Amino acid sequence: MLQLLLFGAAESDLLAARNQMALTLGYHIIIACFGVAFPAMIFVAHRRGIRNDDPVSIELARRWSKVAAVLFAIGAVTGTVLSFEMGLLWPGLMSQYGDVMGLAFALEGISFFIEAIFIGIYLYGWDRIPPRVHSLMLVPIMIAGAAGTFFVLSVNAWMNAPTGFRLEEVVGPSGTVEQSVVDVDPLAAIFNSAVGLQYLHMFLAAYMVVGFCVAGVYATAMLRGRTDRYHRIGLAIPLAFACIAAPIQPAIGHFAGQRLTDEQPVKLAAIEGLAETESRVSAVVGGYFDGERIVGGVELPVPGLASFMATNSFGGELTGLNEVPVEDQPPVNVVRFAFQTMVGIGSALVVLAAWAGFGYWRKRQLPQSVWFLRLLVVAGPAAIVALEAGWITTEVGRQPWVVHGLLRTEDAVTDAEWIWLSLSVIVVVYALVTVGGVRVIRSMTRRWRAGETHLATPYGPSQPLESVDDSPGLVDV
Amino acid sequence: MDLADVVALVMFLGIIAYAVFAGADFGSGIWDLGAGNAEDGGPTRRLIDHAIGPVWEANHVWLIFVLVFLWTGFPEAFGAIMSTLYVPFSFVALGIIFRGCGFAFRKFADDLNSARLFGVAFALSSLLTPFFLGMIAGAIASGRVPIDGSGNRWTSWIGPTSWVGGLLAVLTCAFLAAVFLAADAERLGHEELTERFRRRAFVTAIICGVAAIGGVAPLLLDAETLADGLLGKGVGFMIVSGASGLASIVLLHKSRLAAARLTAVTAVAAVVGGWGVAQYPWVLVDHATIAEVAGDSATLWGLLISFGVAAVLVLPSLAYLYLLTDKSVLGTEFNKHGQDHESVVVK
Ligand code: HDD
Ligand code: HEM
Ligand code: HEM
Repeated sequence: MLQLLLFGAAESDLLAARNQMALTLGYHIIIACFGVAFPAMIFVAHRRGIRNDDPVSIELARRWSKVAAVLFAIGAVTGTVLSFEMGLLWPGLMSQYGDVMGLAFALEGISFFIEAIFIGIYLYGWDRIPPRVHSLMLVPIMIAGAAGTFFVLSVNAWMNAPTGFRLEEVVGPSGTVEQSVVDVDPLAAIFNSAVGLQYLHMFLAAYMVVGFCVAGVYATAMLRGRTDRYHRIGLAIPLAFACIAAPIQPAIGHFAGQRLTDEQPVKLAAIEGLAETESRVSAVVGGYFDGERIVGGVELPVPGLASFMATNSFGGELTGLNEVPVEDQPPVNVVRFAFQTMVGIGSALVVLAAWAGFGYWRKRQLPQSVWFLRLLVVAGPAAIVALEAGWITTEVGRQPWVVHGLLRTEDAVTDAEWIWLSLSVIVVVYALVTVGGVRVIRSMTRRWRAGETHLATPYGPSQPLESVDDSPGLVDV
Repeated sequence: MDLADVVALVMFLGIIAYAVFAGADFGSGIWDLGAGNAEDGGPTRRLIDHAIGPVWEANHVWLIFVLVFLWTGFPEAFGAIMSTLYVPFSFVALGIIFRGCGFAFRKFADDLNSARLFGVAFALSSLLTPFFLGMIAGAIASGRVPIDGSGNRWTSWIGPTSWVGGLLAVLTCAFLAAVFLAADAERLGHEELTERFRRRAFVTAIICGVAAIGGVAPLLLDAETLADGLLGKGVGFMIVSGASGLASIVLLHKSRLAAARLTAVTAVAAVVGGWGVAQYPWVLVDHATIAEVAGDSATLWGLLISFGVAAVLVLPSLAYLYLLTDKSVLGTEFNKHGQDHESVVVK
């Protein structure tokens, strides 16, 4: 009765479970990017400060590390929620394939351990560990972040390209024939055919997201007239990382797409909006797929371009959606729209990176124009949109399978009756976390601007609370 | 002992590490909750921040370690546990979010009101999270999680054993934390806080002992397999735990805080270890044994090898972190008045 009152009609809710997974992962991945890429930027600032005896760079590293402390905490807790959800939402996936993909998760766990340990040492080591040694504490964080990303991406890649086991028919306890996983080869599962490209693509995406986001913060300040050295360096370091990653990203993405040609042709068909198997397919931008063709899109004037991209030959044949029954097809428009958003933004960011690089090459200094700074301000959010769009391409494009070709999502989902409720709670909680995090980080920057270098924690009123000066005064530390 | 048993053993060592290290962090949050209003609670809260700030994220990873070992080593059992215990695990997840964010946000809050709000989130969830984890342990130990995951999603985690588990979890966390905080305050030279936490540790130790003895009756009635194990093959652990508990009480009385830290850890580790031994060879008591639900042997080897890697890479780093924290090389500086160094405003 209580159950009915609280949770309404009792039925399994696949849609809610998917939304909850997508929301929590989509949230975590943004924060995770900071865990992967931010330490490298802090490292550059910190080393630069030590080498040139430059207090401005040191102060940047110190402030970034405090922001990172807040973000790491959010990353750690949202990540833990994900590991719970693997079981809470997808018990069918975990009980069948847990031991195939588990080793990657275990190695990921080790990486987290090392990351968390050295994060603790670095964040709390300011002014207490000799500077050189202190800055070196970032190195294990960077390595562990990269390794952790590899292993978790390996799990996701395995869902796209499952290998490293055999299925055997066994007769279950109730007399039904069940598939049982045997002959597991955990290393083959980790180093599946999709992991290399997916990992590189995600790794670069992390550097783009963080690089453009952090540079955007300083670009905003410069647009408001704070153009001192502190802000210039704060803009240059992250931007350098982003500008190196941006032009490589489309190349990696291209090869990731080519992998689909053979291994996940239906996903590729959804990306292209291709109803029937065809050769010499041309690329169409925009429009929507009405079930047979793309309506309202713009065809690029290179015949066979899509074929060429996917198969290296303008006459190449691409598999259409018609090769599989309708119930095995992903929702085409979602996949296609997400893919085009990602590629569009990715291409635009290459142009922006080229502008920055060209300016630097010509004049040994980054472009100072207002438009350049304005574009930098939007580049960060745009990179985040591309990141999410990329994941939607991969994840929705794999539907209706959770393990490509082997396990349907609907068979993996929990039969718990209240996923809509848990989804609603998650939405509220994550919104609260966001509000709290944004508040805290904004109050930090406000106090820095007002000239505080050490941020006091107001444990009690006995401590004088400084009045915060909100005027945009120039602070060169 | 075959391969799967070794994996189960390693996983259980992870549970013990989590109970001890994260337990002390949770307990610190519980004391934070009871620290009093903003005026009086300041020094206590500063001490707590100082003590757990650098280590809590690392301590938290033991939980991930256990989860990963569970789903990789014993995938079916993991699926069953998560299905049946959906509700308490959801509460644990929420508790983990609020605790981590509350703690990290409070450190950088700029005014008293938001610090108070974040502090309450941190402290309250430090109380609820171990409680629900204890209830989960009780549900598994009393045989309420069937292997097909079809256990009742409400009644299976609120049986008598679960209440014992939840209560004991909260109490042991508070006990550990009080001992650790007393020792920390002593090292930092803060006499008033040392004395306060020494007294609290002393009292909690006695309450823990009473609760543990009182918990035997419900277990005998409600969790036969577990009770048999505890009084049978696990009895050595119970004796060690009881003796260490008594020793802690004596040492606390004599203000020998560094030594009390050791006995306190031993007492808690022995209770948890005793639970593990008592329910061996069951993963899900009365429903599935280690051998029945063990994953593929290649994977189990992989797990053990990765544990070896972890032991080589992680344990020394972890020891380094604890050493730095213990020597107060890390963290905010802390003087007798409980003012922290970072309150200096440099204009
Ligand atoms: C970029 C790649 C990436 C992706 C796709 C994911 N994560 Fe993540 N995760 C990280 C990158 C990361 C990180 C950057 O390494 C974090 C963020 C902050 C941190 O300390 O580590 C992290 C933290 C983090 C933690 C907390 C560790 C700690 O306590 O420090 C857990 C348990 C997970 N993640 C689990 C997952 C699961 C189960 C995922 C997918 C289903 C997942 N992550 C996707
Ligand atoms: C290692 C990383 C990841 C793993 C193991 C993983 C796993 C899963 C699982 C198990 C599901 C549910 C089953 C399904 O719908 O197929 C899912 C769905 C989904 N995930 Fe991922 N995921 C990962 C990364 C991400 C990230 C970072 C995003 C970011 C946006 C994401 C977006 C989604 C979306 C949108 C869905 C819903 C797809 C749908 O049902 O239409 N995934 N993922
Ligand atoms: C501009 C050219 C780009 C191309 C051609 C491209 C191509 C692709 C393709 C084909 C996939 C699907 C791979 C699969 O399902 O196996 C993918 C996934 C993805 N893309 Fe892109 N992409 C581009 C730019 C970007 C940018 C700029 C970002 C983010 C900053 C990004 C982030 C992602 C992510 C996070 C995924 C999912 C996970 C992964 O495969 O690593 N992509 N991309």
